Amino acid sequence: MSDQTKAKPNGIQGGIGASIAVAVVFLIGWEWGPGFFNIPPYIIPPASSVYFEFFHAIEKENLFFHTGITLLETIAGFIIGSLMGMIIGYILGISPKAEFVFSPYILALQIAPKVAFAPLFVVWFGFTVYPKILVAVLIVFFPIMVNVLGAIRTVDPDMVNLARTFNATRWQIFKMIEFRDAMPPLFSGLRIGATLAIIGVAVGEMVGGSEGLGAVLIFGGGSGNTALTFVAIIMLTVVGILAYVAVVLVEKRVLHYLPRSEFNSI
Amino acid sequence: MLDSPDNYRIEYRSVGKQFVNIQSTGNHDEFIIAVKEVDLAVRDGEVVSLIGPSGCGKSTLLNMGSGLYQPSAGDIYVDEERVDRPNAHVGFMLQKDLLLAWRTIRKNIEFGLEIQGVPAIIRNERSSELLEKCRLSGFEEHYPHQLSGGMRQRAALARTLAADPSVLLLDEPFSALDAQTKMILQQDLAETLAAEKKTALFITHDLAESVALSDRVFVMSQRPGTIIEEIDIDLPLRENPLARRHDWQKDVAVYVTRLMELLHVGELASEVEI
Ligand SMILES: Nc1ncnc2c1ncn2[C@@H]1O[C@H](COP(=O)(O)OP(=O)(O)OP(=O)(O)O)[C@@H](O)[C@H]1O
Ligand SMILES: [Mg+2]
Repeated sequence: MSDQTKAKPNGIQGGIGASIAVAVVFLIGWEWGPGFFNIPPYIIPPASSVYFEFFHAIEKENLFFHTGITLLETIAGFIIGSLMGMIIGYILGISPKAEFVFSPYILALQIAPKVAFAPLFVVWFGFTVYPKILVAVLIVFFPIMVNVLGAIRTVDPDMVNLARTFNATRWQIFKMIEFRDAMPPLFSGLRIGATLAIIGVAVGEMVGGSEGLGAVLIFGGGSGNTALTFVAIIMLTVVGILAYVAVVLVEKRVLHYLPRSEFNSI
Repeated sequence: MLDSPDNYRIEYRSVGKQFVNIQSTGNHDEFIIAVKEVDLAVRDGEVVSLIGPSGCGKSTLLNMGSGLYQPSAGDIYVDEERVDRPNAHVGFMLQKDLLLAWRTIRKNIEFGLEIQGVPAIIRNERSSELLEKCRLSGFEEHYPHQLSGGMRQRAALARTLAADPSVLLLDEPFSALDAQTKMILQQDLAETLAAEKKTALFITHDLAESVALSDRVFVMSQRPGTIIEEIDIDLPLRENPLARRHDWQKDVAVYVTRLMELLHVGELASEVEI
């Protein structure tokens, strides 16, 4: 039975081991699989050539400059989109009348594929950073607004009444109850927004301009440098992960009062 | 007995309340009459229970007393002021503790004072005092989810007492607790009410609780609810319900039987028998 007493640490170590094993198998498959199946490197470049292309791109293609541009656009789009989503969400949540008036338009905008606006924004703002940020803003806005609106709507009316029995003003009720009670759903919205912002920026960069990872992606594809497109995709993913992790870290600080089980670890 | 009106802390004068019936169709009434013609007064320092069948309008009466909504007929007076909106004279406590998850226990107790703009130093003094009194010392920096149900309800009581209301309106404050915790909290409440000489109007479904804790019990009818009986509990030891239950067992049982008869508990039970 000594097996069982050690089961837990072994289980976790086994889990980490398995994760690493998956990565190794994946890399081996990536490196030798294409050759084995006679897939040419301009279709799927092996892992090693992507690895070398990464260093090559740092020198020749200014990879870190483009990554930085994409990162800044993502941050700007995310912050502006979240703030707008929060503000509109709070206003509509508090005023049923406003929601009644605006909800059909908001629904229509929500269903419209936001990335389809990218070419239009390029026409309006040219090959600048603005169209990219704007697409990100549009994409980030909705999940956050919807979450905030829903959370304000579902605040326990008894909680509001409790504040009212102490003669709270409307502003106090918002500040001390509704705003705070809507925090956990707000952060779920921010997590989704953080992963979406990078999509908006990448599409904006692919449509117009020569800066950012989206532009690198298009350049790589157009010049037959498939390894470079892989590098760009990996760097886009890294930027997305950075944004997501930043939100999770802030969330852990702000929502520290929640019982552990209510946290999603991912 | 002093019975001049100025001795009343809270007074309902022919109070009625109707709600718009949301499911109103041609053959349904347009209004639900929740309560009608309720006359009820609680003297200074008295603890009065309100019992009645589910849906008879007890909570409605309390909500009107706290000023959350207005009667459709009649008036309610607290300290001789007509209640037309929530006011600092009345403290309100529900079955749900309604502690705010993002505030520590101390901050939760200070919630009402903070709304009322009481300066931080005084708030702190007051909450320390109540933490002590409600036996929550050592838990001031805990968050609500870290406390047991009984402790949370004590914190809710402390929050209600913190604003120093002259009348407490309690809507089934202990009905979500297990039997043992409930008795301990009843004891706490009774001691506190007696020590602070507070006036309280208390809704409960627990007939023994109403007899153990109060000076008087008001019995309400089915909806449309109105007061059908007022019973004085002529027993000592209101400040110590455990002793009252123990030392006056027989008398408590007689009162409970009487209340059961008034509420037709026996008949209702036989109706649902299979
Ligand atoms: N806001 C409201 N709108 C419409 N009807 C209401 C409202 N509040 C209460 N009622 C109705 O008024 C009646 C009395 O409700 P109330 O909650 O006061 O009963 P109660 O005596 O507290 O019942 P319980 O013992 O189950 O808590 C019920 O029939 C209820 O449906
Ligand atoms: Mg009720």
